Amino acid sequence: MKYVDEFRSGELARALASELAEAMPPGRELALMEVCGGHTHAIYKHGLDELLPPGLELVHGPGCPVCVIPVGRVDDAVALALEPNVIFTTFGDMMRVPGSKGSLLDARSRGADVRMVYSPLDALELARANSQREVIFFAIGFETTAPSTAVTLLQARAQGIGNFSVFCNHVTIGPPLKAILDAPELRLDGLIAPGHVSAVTGSRVYDFIAAEYGRPVVVAGFEPLDILQSVLMLVRQLAQGRAEVENQYTRVVREQGNPRALEAIEQTMELRDSFEWRGLGSIPRSGLRLREEFSEWDAERRYAVPGVSVPDHKVCQCGQVLRGLVKPWECKVFGNACTPESPIGTCMVSSEGACAAYYHYGRNRPKRLSR
Amino acid sequence: MSERRSKAAAGRRRKPRLLNERITLVHGAGGKATRNLVEALFLGELGNPLLAPLSDSALLEAGGAKLAFTTDAHVVQPLFFPGGDIGSLAVNGTVNDIAVSGARPLVLSAAFVLEEGLPISDLRRVVASMAEAAREAGVVVAAGDTKVVERGRGDGLTVTTAAIGLVDERVSLGAEKVRPGDKVIVSGTLGDHGMAVMIARGNLELEVEIASDSASIYPLAESLFTLGEDLRWLRDPTRGGLATTLNELTEASGLCVVLDEKALPVREQVAAACEILGLDPLYVANEGKLIAIVAADRAEQALATLRAHPLGAEAQIVGEVEPEPKGLVLLQTAFGGSRVVDMLAGDPLPRIC
Repeated sequence: MKYVDEFRSGELARALASELAEAMPPGRELALMEVCGGHTHAIYKHGLDELLPPGLELVHGPGCPVCVIPVGRVDDAVALALEPNVIFTTFGDMMRVPGSKGSLLDARSRGADVRMVYSPLDALELARANSQREVIFFAIGFETTAPSTAVTLLQARAQGIGNFSVFCNHVTIGPPLKAILDAPELRLDGLIAPGHVSAVTGSRVYDFIAAEYGRPVVVAGFEPLDILQSVLMLVRQLAQGRAEVENQYTRVVREQGNPRALEAIEQTMELRDSFEWRGLGSIPRSGLRLREEFSEWDAERRYAVPGVSVPDHKVCQCGQVLRGLVKPWECKVFGNACTPESPIGTCMVSSEGACAAYYHYGRNRPKRLSR
Repeated sequence: MSERRSKAAAGRRRKPRLLNERITLVHGAGGKATRNLVEALFLGELGNPLLAPLSDSALLEAGGAKLAFTTDAHVVQPLFFPGGDIGSLAVNGTVNDIAVSGARPLVLSAAFVLEEGLPISDLRRVVASMAEAAREAGVVVAAGDTKVVERGRGDGLTVTTAAIGLVDERVSLGAEKVRPGDKVIVSGTLGDHGMAVMIARGNLELEVEIASDSASIYPLAESLFTLGEDLRWLRDPTRGGLATTLNELTEASGLCVVLDEKALPVREQVAAACEILGLDPLYVANEGKLIAIVAADRAEQALATLRAHPLGAEAQIVGEVEPEPKGLVLLQTAFGGSRVVDMLAGDPLPRIC
């Protein structure tokens, strides 16, 4: 397939892998975090980890939109879905995430009208076609998906569609990275930054990581050669003692990002004082809510949402997995009580979750010791 | 075996339990949840030696004849899609289950549940398409039934078919016949049916022409029966795709299958649509393909035999059976690494971002 195969060439991969082995600073152990779940998925799907030299470890980060939603917000979604006359719309992955009283899929089997959509615009279309019903969209994701929610809200207002609202759970990429870098338990040498988020935000949002934490950052694309090249760029920076923000994904990411997308977010949403993240707890100014002028379309203002913080299942270690502290297979319930078909934590649900990636793709790997 | 693998293997060996209080859509996706439902509930209540193998057809003897018997319920939205419709699907799906059991399909039954308001013209189109598919497959519909349900309670039209076939004495197929070193052959491109239906639903706004591969594969299967006991195992990789079907084999045989990503035949349009949606063609349904496990020294011959038939023109040897690691399907990636190919855990879902 054109534009894909050339980014998955085994021949180029072998050449890059040997360059990488040569670039490794002798005698050093390096830990690089791939922030985005899409990268985790690609790494295991293509077996990229098997091409890495000894002494180089990839640590999974928090960049999985489904994984970071805490139990309480899932319960809120289930409560909204069970409201009378509501059509509750969501991305497919979110349907299987367990709340404390079951998932949206369970709510659906109890009679809730929960529907999978591919885009918030599909949800708006559903509202237009069902004027007697109330349509709620479960908005999740980083700056990658926030613009499409924003555009949908702008359209809802422009077209005067009143039977539509958004349950907003959008989050931003900077604050959780700061929280991880501030945590004393994990030493990271560099970060592979998410390509699609950066296409919206631009690469400047990572400047603080290089400037304040002295860690190199490379914005990476999602094909396996993109990731391998980004790893090489990080290792070269480290070997040369540099800490800069570099962009490997130049075919998509600009330094200033996508101003129109950022403008749409700015028009419709504002930062919450704080937002609860699974595993990371409440992080100040890390989540988005709808602006006052969009309160008519804000499900949290239109309905009585429980809004209760609920702790993770006591055996679930998704929180530590999301912070890179625990490898998925080190979790006590990985592969036995927690599997993709009956997940306990979010990381086992989403295809971008580290546990699901390991479970689906990585079970043949010899176990590597993590520090 | 690593701690991780043994944990996962232990997870697989555990007795199936049904934890849900109600049926959810995941139970219908053809992956592990479906299997759990079948093993924990249906096999628990209805279990008997004929049903227990949970293969595509039950094999039984009656009056000296060896018969294969199977049934299949068909629900699909939309009812009509490029390359087929619920009628042709209902015939081919059931005929194919007979074919991969090493038998020649003889007769079909068809039961229709019709929803109030269904246009007669649609029903006529479906039944005409069944008739054509039955002619092509060399079977007759020998029994039938019709029920009508109230509007809103029937999904338009559902069809349940059953079939009886005559077992071909030349072959004896089964997971226990598979040996390390055997080759894995697929009869053509993967994922055509599933993608055709997904796109025909019209909510993805992908402008691409993909036709379902719905067809009777009996002629292909029959062409391999000359291999005798060198033909070890046959399946049609429907719901859950090649990945799920091969996992059923490795689970039943305790062997490993290693696939070569570069050898997997996938139509360019299907690969591109899957790429955009974040789906894996290995998990997407086929309705006119077979997977054959063949003794290594007959694999080239089997490949040539399949390719001689129009339905098998794009057949490929895609992998090999190995003794270890037990129970797993592995993929050598084109990129140069390897990974596990797991069973489907739920419906394949498009990615979020």
